[in-house]
Amino acid sequence: MEYVAQQMMNALAFGAEYALIALGLAIVFSIMGLVNFAHGEVIAVGGYTMVAFAALALNNPFIVIGGAIAAAILMSLLLERVAFRPVRYADPTTGLLTAFGVSIILQNVFLLAVSPRPVAVTSLYFLDWPVQLLGVQVSSLQVFEAVTTVLVIVGLMLFLKRTTLGLAMRAASLDFEMVRMVGVRSNRVFAVAFMVSGLLAGLACIFIMARRGSVDPHLGFNPVLKAFVACVVGGFGSLPGAVLGGFLLGAIEVAMLVLLPQEYGGMKDAFVFGIIALVLVWRPDGILSPPTEKGDKI
Amino acid sequence: MLNVENLIVSHGPIEAVHGISFAVDKGRCVSLLGPNGAGKTSTISALMGVVKSSGRITFDGADVSSLPVEARVQAGMSVAPEGRRIFSNLSVEENLVLGGATRSDRTAKDADIAHWLETFPILGERRDQPAGTLSGGEQQMLAISRALMTRPKILLLDEPSLGLAPKIVSQIFQMIERLKAQGITILLVEQNATQALRLSDYAYLLNNGRIVAEGTKETLGQSSALMAELTGIA
Repeated sequence: MEYVAQQMMNALAFGAEYALIALGLAIVFSIMGLVNFAHGEVIAVGGYTMVAFAALALNNPFIVIGGAIAAAILMSLLLERVAFRPVRYADPTTGLLTAFGVSIILQNVFLLAVSPRPVAVTSLYFLDWPVQLLGVQVSSLQVFEAVTTVLVIVGLMLFLKRTTLGLAMRAASLDFEMVRMVGVRSNRVFAVAFMVSGLLAGLACIFIMARRGSVDPHLGFNPVLKAFVACVVGGFGSLPGAVLGGFLLGAIEVAMLVLLPQEYGGMKDAFVFGIIALVLVWRPDGILSPPTEKGDKI
Repeated sequence: MLNVENLIVSHGPIEAVHGISFAVDKGRCVSLLGPNGAGKTSTISALMGVVKSSGRITFDGADVSSLPVEARVQAGMSVAPEGRRIFSNLSVEENLVLGGATRSDRTAKDADIAHWLETFPILGERRDQPAGTLSGGEQQMLAISRALMTRPKILLLDEPSLGLAPKIVSQIFQMIERLKAQGITILLVEQNATQALRLSDYAYLLNNGRIVAEGTKETLGQSSALMAELTGIA
């Protein structure tokens, strides 16, 4: 029983991390149709910021966490301004290639400017200690991760429901031009989307770093790939879909880890993606794909 | 109030509007009439700045030709576009809130929202429903209310009667008449020339991207074999 509960907590924690990153991808995709593969490098920038703080002997945890999140937000805004604004109204393929280009450039910058090898970041180990939750021993980090993700989802929902800018972002996912025609400045909508996306990357960065304890130039690749899969399963462009996809992917991964016999352990990912493929056969557009416009209503 | 000189609109290599000039005076209702493909919607899009165009557009004494869309809305232009384009994933009320996005006075804005929900009781009843569930006529009422949420100096109406049942069409035109009576400046684009002419102070007839006739409803109404050919009015 305790083993099952622990594994469920694992699944929840993995799922929470994927959901955070997937939301960051989905929010940008929903308004500009861009699959931002440079999102992983935004996460890595957060990690390298922690390295820089450690080198400056700034070990206050609030400064480290706040600094990493701020760096991720600034990086995300910078990418929007420098790389994505010029291709804003271009073909989606152009945006995709731009994102890949930015990703490669940034990885090489990390490689040349810092190191091709992992750099240790130890200032976040304090986040991880064993706790008893309803009689089950889990890691505090997992609890933080799940709670943070829930808070982020609630916060995002309130933002999208209650503020004019939030309404504009929801409307923009359907008809951006019309949003401009009610007078909402498009630059502001894009900037907020990238800011939220950067904030989510920064939060994900905290948890990834607290668990791994090191940063390398390719840090972001795997999480973003997983988050991309989560988005596809959940329905690309749908924010609830991104969350659902993230948690589903976390659950499937942990389930395969637990259920597969030892000798099949190496094939975990094959089974995971096999299940994902089956889900997509069942719902080709993802589970919660956003409704498509079916033309004018007469 | 609105002055357009030599407006040229191209979609890629195809020129849709070949240098037209017209004017809308303050407090008047002016209509642009013409058949499908005459360049009416291209003209509206160019006025709002969502398609590239050349020529000179002056509004309220200032040249707005090079301003982006948002700045034109700030300056006092607002549009209920062709196809209505309501935000179907937002509730009726949220559509109106977003319509007033440029305004900072919360109380006045809330009062306007309440006003429109009262004016169109059907919208009031469905304030929390997704706008996509409304019928075509209700969507058109919402689109016009949304456009008026900015408190515009001029309202551009692009084919408000398109695709609606005759009874609904006359309701929509009654609404436009009321707006006109309130002193709102209106540029009305229509294929339904009979109805549009009835409430217009002045009209321009557009065909193949050129203005082929203009005048008051009396002069236009008399003139014309051409008018008959284009619009079906004998």
